[in-house]
Amino acid sequence: MGIISRGFSGRRSAADAKLPPGQYLTTDFPVLSAGPTPHIPLDQWEFVIDDGTNVLRQWDWKSFRDLPTETFTVDLHCVTRWSKLGTSWEGVSVDTMLADVKTDASYAMARSYGDYTTNLPLKDLRNGQAWIAFRFDNKDLAPEHGGPARLLVPHLYLWKSAKWVKGLTLMSHDKPGFWESLGYHTYGDPWREQRYSGDE
Amino acid sequence: MMWRVGTVVALHDETATARTIALKVPDWPGHIAGQHVDVRLTASDGYSAVRSYSIASAPNAEKRVELTVERLPNGEVSPYLTQELAVGDRLELRGPIGGWFVWRTQQTEPIQLVAGGSGIVPLMAMIRWRASTGSTAPFRLLYSVREPGAVFYRDDLQALSDRDNKVTLTYAYTRVAPKDWSRPPGRIDAALIAQTTWPSNLSPTCYVCGPTSFVESAAGLLTAIGNNPDKIRTERFGPTGDRK
Repeated sequence: MGIISRGFSGRRSAADAKLPPGQYLTTDFPVLSAGPTPHIPLDQWEFVIDDGTNVLRQWDWKSFRDLPTETFTVDLHCVTRWSKLGTSWEGVSVDTMLADVKTDASYAMARSYGDYTTNLPLKDLRNGQAWIAFRFDNKDLAPEHGGPARLLVPHLYLWKSAKWVKGLTLMSHDKPGFWESLGYHTYGDPWREQRYSGDE
Repeated sequence: MMWRVGTVVALHDETATARTIALKVPDWPGHIAGQHVDVRLTASDGYSAVRSYSIASAPNAEKRVELTVERLPNGEVSPYLTQELAVGDRLELRGPIGGWFVWRTQQTEPIQLVAGGSGIVPLMAMIRWRASTGSTAPFRLLYSVREPGAVFYRDDLQALSDRDNKVTLTYAYTRVAPKDWSRPPGRIDAALIAQTTWPSNLSPTCYVCGPTSFVESAAGLLTAIGNNPDKIRTERFGPTGDRK
């Protein structure tokens, strides 16, 4: 336990029990990003899965939207300490997008419009744990929240859920993405409070 | 990342709702301008709450770290930091954190700073570091505030914009402007960006910090006058709900 802050009692709520350590509940949807919000016209949008050398699969907006979709409700945990519970989305499961891809890769780099990147183990993108989401709260996903489409990997801190996502590069070895090169944890499990590099 | 203990050595009210907390942190490893820290408060039963705050002070040899905290209505941590905390109290923090929204003294290109409200804090660290190192990087600051009484660091900013090798300073008032102010109160718009920020052909690096709606708007306007999105770095504050 830390140093007692004289006169501090804090505030607790029943919802805290559902939150990972060090998080607090918010009801709105804060925005965090490293640069200006890109605005991507749907007729220019594309999504590419590659292995760093060859394109393995690609979609334009129409062929992407022809894929089967799922609706799902998940909790979001941002490394800046807010959590938002019970958010409703529609998207395409990453399992669907990887279905015809044969690969020995163990990791993936998510790539975004605006040059953002974030690295994840490929297994964290499989088995119903990750989506390319394009609707939030029954509305098209707003640009500031990552529209037209963002990766959503809710079991990891939200910086792993790349906004404005445009592809996945499959990799045999792990490599740090944008925030992971700038002092943030390579994996980012909120329940183990893996915020910064060096956190266990 | 380890928790460190700082001792409050000075408190200074910037405005009616914002206070600067100066800490002496004996094992402080040093920071660069623009970084932030996590601050942890712990109740007597072990409950703790952590929030992030930008560092306002320039890197220095005295292991001194200054934070400026805006008191948020219904906040959990900021009312304690701005109203209860006293000189001599100990405070837990960890950091410095963040390697993106930073200005380094090796950068010699023009720098455009754009602050909305308390978004001035990390930008002030950059302005102070530039001054304390004698950097001649050309700096401009466009600082949007609700009203004259909401300006942080007014005297410091005035001094730094009056001297040689000055920081060019433009205030923009959104609700109430000083008497005889040339521009009526209002949000930052395309005309103000065009008139007061560096021409985009000088390829300035831009740092934009403030509330989300402010950053969205200002970064969009900077892009619209020809700045490359790659040269615009943003840091956004809230809104973060009712338990700030």
